[in-house]
Amino acid sequence: MPGFSFDTESGDDTESGGLVAKGSRGDNAAPLSITEISQLLKRTVEDRFGFVRLRGELSGVKRAASGHFYCALKDEGAVIDGVMWRGNAGRLTFRPEDGIEVVATGKLTTYPGRSKYQIVIDSMAIAGEGALLALLEKTRRRLEAEGLFAQERKRPLPFLPKVIGVVTSPTGAVIRDILHRLADRFPSHVIVWPVLVQGQGSAEQVAAALRGFGSLAPGGAVPRPDLLIVARGGGSIEDLWGFNEEVVVRAIADSPIPVISAVGHETDTTLADHAADRRAPTPTAAAEIAVPVLGELAAAIAEFGLRQRKCAKRPVQLGRERLEARAQRLPKPEALLQGPAQRLDDLSERLRRGLADRAVKAREQLLSDAARLSAPLLAGQWRHARQRLDSARLSPALIARPIAEGRNRLDALERLRRQLDPKAPLARGYALVSAPDRPLIATREDAAGQPVLTLEFADGTLDVLPASGRGGKPRRPAPKPGQGDLF
Amino acid sequence: MQEQGTTIAEMSFEDALRALEDVVRKLETGEVPLEESISLYERGERLRNHCQARLDAAQARIEKIVAGPDGKATGTAPFDAD
Repeated sequence: MPGFSFDTESGDDTESGGLVAKGSRGDNAAPLSITEISQLLKRTVEDRFGFVRLRGELSGVKRAASGHFYCALKDEGAVIDGVMWRGNAGRLTFRPEDGIEVVATGKLTTYPGRSKYQIVIDSMAIAGEGALLALLEKTRRRLEAEGLFAQERKRPLPFLPKVIGVVTSPTGAVIRDILHRLADRFPSHVIVWPVLVQGQGSAEQVAAALRGFGSLAPGGAVPRPDLLIVARGGGSIEDLWGFNEEVVVRAIADSPIPVISAVGHETDTTLADHAADRRAPTPTAAAEIAVPVLGELAAAIAEFGLRQRKCAKRPVQLGRERLEARAQRLPKPEALLQGPAQRLDDLSERLRRGLADRAVKAREQLLSDAARLSAPLLAGQWRHARQRLDSARLSPALIARPIAEGRNRLDALERLRRQLDPKAPLARGYALVSAPDRPLIATREDAAGQPVLTLEFADGTLDVLPASGRGGKPRRPAPKPGQGDLF
Repeated sequence: MQEQGTTIAEMSFEDALRALEDVVRKLETGEVPLEESISLYERGERLRNHCQARLDAAQARIEKIVAGPDGKATGTAPFDAD
């Protein structure tokens, strides 16, 4: 675009040296506008790189609210931005994450507004099995950290499921194997939820089927299973990939109904297997885990019935045996009577003999007594009494002698009494001296101290006043009349 | 007899089977008084019939989900594997 028409004054062609850009008519190196060059560049890039496949590691993975997906692809030396529009991003068969090595298919384009170029990705796949396994491991760790695989989450399976829900492809060996094995073991009510088990959208279908079974109301139009089997035959890691997808893993972990997973062969372990309540190595094994063997159960019940009937009779049988054993130990009636009868006989004999013996003894006793009861014995005793009577003679002397002796002793005592009478000497001239309060005054000194003395004679008493002694001693003056005695 | 309260008809097969086993074991030990053993036996018979009925009712019935436009199950149809 020849926008400038300045003429160059000098013939200097070296543009770098000039102060002012020189333009000249016919110049084939006229400067381009930024828009022009951007457009040129854009056309060139898009023409040249209209279809490329890039291999690189994802980084800066971001899913915008609009649904578009942004990322960068890089290797050791370079980085290129990438974008995946919503429609294509929705068709991704894996969940892009930083660090995953992918092969992105699309076209390069530029973004003139920011001097950038980027790849518009149409499709993206994981770059080889190694990268796939790396992604699987990353996802596994993430979900494990969330606790989705925890052992304590595992629920017990029903012993005898009434309805079994199977999420699998309606065609192929897997569903046939399961149905055959179920029929062999325990013919059951099975509801198949047909799904794609491989490729685009399979994970969503499996997850939707699991949720669909879980949301069935008990007693609704469709019977609600009490056990689910998620199954798929063997295949490559890519074939089984749907069962490693988070949406399936979460649907299994969230299922309100216990889930058995049987994905791939025994050696294949998917994340679905980790999340399931039980993992079966094969679809057939899933059927075996799901139901017991009808025949065995019937046999067990029959055996219980048999044992029970045997037991039922046993207490009666046992009781009868014990009763019989006791009955046998019961003594015979005649044996019961033998002892008493013998004792009766014995006692009767002893009674009879005892009576006879007693009579004999009594007779002997009577005879011996009769010998002692005789007339001479009585006569002898009578004579003896007579003699004793005769010897006891009464005489007057027996009484007269004690009377005479008594009289003599009385006389003697009377004489003694007369001699001892204290008044007797009065008749012979003796007198008794006394004073008031003193029945007997025996000494002169005593008498001299008395104011008055009484003399008792045989014929009466005489009161006297004691006079002075025979000289020597002053006479006490007689008390004057009218003067009271001091004593 | 901890399940005395629950009626046998409501018991799951597994519970009924376990209860039946209990009954048989009790009868076999001979510790149960005779009177009680009769009612225990009757209970055992009922449990056995209940279990047997579950087994007799076992029959294959294979259906597949018919889903509506919203992806929810609307009904079932007979399933024919191949």
